[in-house]
Amino acid sequence: MWDYSEKVKDYFFNPKNSGVLEEANGVGDVGAIACGDALRLMIKVDPITEIITDAKFQTFGCGSAIASSSALTEIIIGKTIAEAMEITNQDIAEFLGGLPPEKMHCSVMGYEALRAAVANYRGEAWAEDHEEGALICKCFGVDEGMIERAVRMNSLTSVEQVQHFTKASGSCGTCLEPIEEVLQRVNAEMVEEGLLDAALAFDPAAAVRPVRKPKSGQSPLAPKTSVATPKLTNLQRIKLIEEAITDLRPYLKQDGGDCELIDVDGDQVFVKLSGACIGCQMSSVTLGGVQERLVEKLGQFVRVIPVPSAH
Amino acid sequence: MRPVYLDNNATTRVSEEVVSAMLPFFTAQFGNASSMHTFGSEVGGAVKNARGQLQKLIGAAHDHEIVYTSCGTESDNMAILSALETQVGRNEVVTSVVEHPAVLALCDYLEKTRGIKIHRIPVDAKGRLDVDAYRKALGPKTAIASIMWANNETGTIFPIARLAELAHEAGALFHTDAVQAVGKITINVADSEIDMLSLSGHKLHAPKGIGALYVRRGVRLRPMLRGGHQERGRRAGTENAPSIIGLGKAAELALEYMNDEQTRVRALRDRLEDGILQRVANCFVTGDVEHRLPNTANIAFEYIEGEGILLMLNKAGIAASSGSACTSGSLEPSHVLRAMKVPYTAAHGAIRFSFSRENTEEDVDRVIEAVPSIIAKLREMSPFWKGEENTTAFQPTYA
Repeated sequence: MWDYSEKVKDYFFNPKNSGVLEEANGVGDVGAIACGDALRLMIKVDPITEIITDAKFQTFGCGSAIASSSALTEIIIGKTIAEAMEITNQDIAEFLGGLPPEKMHCSVMGYEALRAAVANYRGEAWAEDHEEGALICKCFGVDEGMIERAVRMNSLTSVEQVQHFTKASGSCGTCLEPIEEVLQRVNAEMVEEGLLDAALAFDPAAAVRPVRKPKSGQSPLAPKTSVATPKLTNLQRIKLIEEAITDLRPYLKQDGGDCELIDVDGDQVFVKLSGACIGCQMSSVTLGGVQERLVEKLGQFVRVIPVPSAH
Repeated sequence: MRPVYLDNNATTRVSEEVVSAMLPFFTAQFGNASSMHTFGSEVGGAVKNARGQLQKLIGAAHDHEIVYTSCGTESDNMAILSALETQVGRNEVVTSVVEHPAVLALCDYLEKTRGIKIHRIPVDAKGRLDVDAYRKALGPKTAIASIMWANNETGTIFPIARLAELAHEAGALFHTDAVQAVGKITINVADSEIDMLSLSGHKLHAPKGIGALYVRRGVRLRPMLRGGHQERGRRAGTENAPSIIGLGKAAELALEYMNDEQTRVRALRDRLEDGILQRVANCFVTGDVEHRLPNTANIAFEYIEGEGILLMLNKAGIAASSGSACTSGSLEPSHVLRAMKVPYTAAHGAIRFSFSRENTEEDVDRVIEAVPSIIAKLREMSPFWKGEENTTAFQPTYA
């Protein structure tokens, strides 16, 4: 059984705003019955103030899909369209006290439905992203096309890297085998095309166990010394953070996005995503990647927090 | 209120009698069955006795035809791998599209890594095997045909005796995954041409972690686990004596209750189906209703998703299961229902109720009472449910 939070259960068993909104002037449909998930979001927008005065949903899907839909309506009622559009799928998940990783796509569905409903209100067309190739990671909904793109664009050569860039295999791990296969195939193609040095290409025979970089030069069996890693000054930390972000920017720019350091406060690092990162479904993954890089570089925990670009 | 457990195809409660039979073998009689002292011989005798009990349940000619394993999956793997290893030159396997992953995932792996050719025989809308396609797939290269006796999701029973004969006509071995059938229907392997049969303890009120593979005398077997001489060298590893003894006791009880399963349990199942079908629009029973296990009901509800139904049933104290996408963490609904071409509108909303001898009429009445309002509540929330428009257009798939 899924480990649903009390709030998810409550919003499933006693959903708020379910049903048809007769006076809706924006309707967004996402998902399909074949996929096992579908959501219709109906919103009533005041044409002068652009405030969403009412919202209702109808959802075909699992408990967390229904709860996410209901949560979405609760979050957006009373907000202007501009305010509502700043909500990410993470916000929906957080509102519900978190979702199991395998169920995060339910919150993404809510995020998309809002965009579809707003597009409908404005009389614009809205196109859903379609999957390409076989679904590899069922937990995070990562398909073969997405993995192949990540491997090619970033010259990835290990399963761990694929996990960091796409999240695939990050939860249950049952897709490790198919990821190895995709990685091996794409790397081989890249070597053929002269894009990758054959010596660097993924070699399943050599990848029998994860390669762990020693955190310090010390043997893990050596007695622990009481001397901790030298404490960085704030200036040193900011410098390191800046370096790490500078290293990452070329990758983001390849996707038409960008990332800028705004502020550092204790273990909180505020960044601004821009360009294609805005509204990208994968932006939470991008932030996760940035955070991971920073933690690695600093040798201490930091939390990366996005700053809305309007500010 | 006492919870209603209707998920016995997933696992069953271990019987009190089984627990009592097992307990001494954890403490007083803790010996290793292989040891040359009294501690060992007592356990050895009890293990042999259990083998006899299991032999009776499946109607085997000899008790040494039973090889104990850790689970049904191990038994399935052992049968197929052994058949490929013992028959040089035969490198094809015939199986069905609706098998349990214990067979399907192994076949996928063998196909990909060892170049084994896999024939996956389709089923029709009622889940019945395409016997013609099965016959055509068998040939001089077939090492083994592995077909389940009864389907875990719909309870549909395949004509195993006939399928075994056809496999032998092609000179191939025949294995059946009978994990869902053993203990629920009468089985007599001695009178059939079945070479190997897998069973699992926890589906018949024995503990988890114990299974067996029946291997007909004379059928060559290559062990998967090599080591000591246990199980006549066919499966090394110290015998799991308490569980083996539990499985033996459970087998004895299953024989005792076989008539009850065929009559009372079947009547409970039928009562549940009738009750739900009468009270809920746009739902239907999947599978081959004339040839199926007496304990299994699989009902597909249109326009809603199974997980929501299960969560609400659970809140009402009722445990059932679904092959729905959301409960398994995949986007595709049950491979069994898709193979039967059950439309997506209903496949996502299929719920399996599986009974055991422990269920009562009161259980059934509580489910019949709870289901209609749950379905109505979820349909009200579904963007696809259009009320009357749907009910008048409804065409039961298996009219």
